[in-house]
Amino acid sequence: MKAPDFAYARPADLGAALALLAEHGTEAQPLAGGQSLMPMMNFRLAAPEILIDLSDVAELRGLERTRDTVRIGAMTRYRDLEDWPDLGGTLPLVAMALPHIAHDAIRNRGTIGGSIALCDPAAELPAVMRVLAAEIEVAGAEGSRRVAADDFFTGFYETACGEEELIVAIHVPVAEADRVYGFHELAQRHGDYAMAGVALSALSPNPIRSLRAAFFGIAATPVRLPDLEAALEGLTACEAQAAVTAALEGLDLLADTKASADMRRHLSGVVLKRALEAM
Amino acid sequence: MDKTREITLTVNGESVTARVPVRMNLVDFLRNELELTGSHVGCEHGVCGACTLLMDGRTTRACLTLAVQADGAEVVTVEGLAASGRSAALARAFTERNALQCGFCTPGMLASAVTWVEGGGSAERDAIRAHISGNYCRCTGYQSIVDAIADVAGSKAEDAA
Repeated sequence: MKAPDFAYARPADLGAALALLAEHGTEAQPLAGGQSLMPMMNFRLAAPEILIDLSDVAELRGLERTRDTVRIGAMTRYRDLEDWPDLGGTLPLVAMALPHIAHDAIRNRGTIGGSIALCDPAAELPAVMRVLAAEIEVAGAEGSRRVAADDFFTGFYETACGEEELIVAIHVPVAEADRVYGFHELAQRHGDYAMAGVALSALSPNPIRSLRAAFFGIAATPVRLPDLEAALEGLTACEAQAAVTAALEGLDLLADTKASADMRRHLSGVVLKRALEAM
Repeated sequence: MDKTREITLTVNGESVTARVPVRMNLVDFLRNELELTGSHVGCEHGVCGACTLLMDGRTTRACLTLAVQADGAEVVTVEGLAASGRSAALARAFTERNALQCGFCTPGMLASAVTWVEGGGSAERDAIRAHISGNYCRCTGYQSIVDAIADVAGSKAEDAA
């Protein structure tokens, strides 16, 4: 299908974009890479009155490394990150996750800020950002503020970004020398939405020391359970699999035609075990 | 607010200026306004890959891109790939390997294959499969499509050696 009728604006800077958002309120929808928004509009699940195309907003661009942080401008495309020579050395977990995100042509257009703003339950980056303790910088009429990734993803396609705010950048701490990173995802076809996946970091993987793990594709938002992370201390990958499956009992997990909630619970243990064993 | 907008872009090497409805997607603009019907319209939600073309050198879903977003861009469709000879080796390999049955997916497959081969992609089947994972072939002729791309990627690697 085709998208319903809408108006289109392409503001030249952040101030103009925020002014348009304030003027049109909930009738406006920011357009980043459009790789999720355009399908939603073509399906008529979304019908904004006006699209605010962010592609000319210079403040949202750029990829900069300072001593211990990488600032990823919200309009940075997945491909730009993949092509960044410093990625593997600074953000190895992001480098592991990127090839799993959709397909080549989608990664050429899709943006980091768009993924964080949409907060799709199956999206890889929200989970990655929680594991890395990234901060999301949002700007509004009152100026900008930073929100910890752990507090940002608040519900099913819901985030702490206000309706009249825009994500400006994601500030990601660079890899710590003593930590190792892991990632595993199960999907029906390469690039499809995950049935279950996990991003993690640890001081040692097997036996586990100081684990930080976020599961995606299994619930409304990325799942991080500090109690579980503590309980996994000292366990082997095999023991951890069983512990995860047990810990997710009673949680409200997604169920669809690809996988039941029970299957997702089982697969969560599987992806953790496989990620740990591959580290 | 105005529901149309003037755009100027390069399509297959030629500059084009047109006033388009803002809701018109790029593949409809190319097919209906410029009569470049090589790019196909399949699912219209970014899943099938039939509309894949090159925008500023990168494979792009033309059904998920508005024509107004292509303002200032350089677009190359399968017609442009053929006319410039960029897809010649792949076209030969697709024919030799019988890598098209109904041919509907072929323009999108060629766009993805061109970036693989030009980017120095290997002849390794799993890697090729991952690269073209966003292109559906409803005839399910994947084996021969991978064969064809592997042939060209392999001979390019040999030439370089």
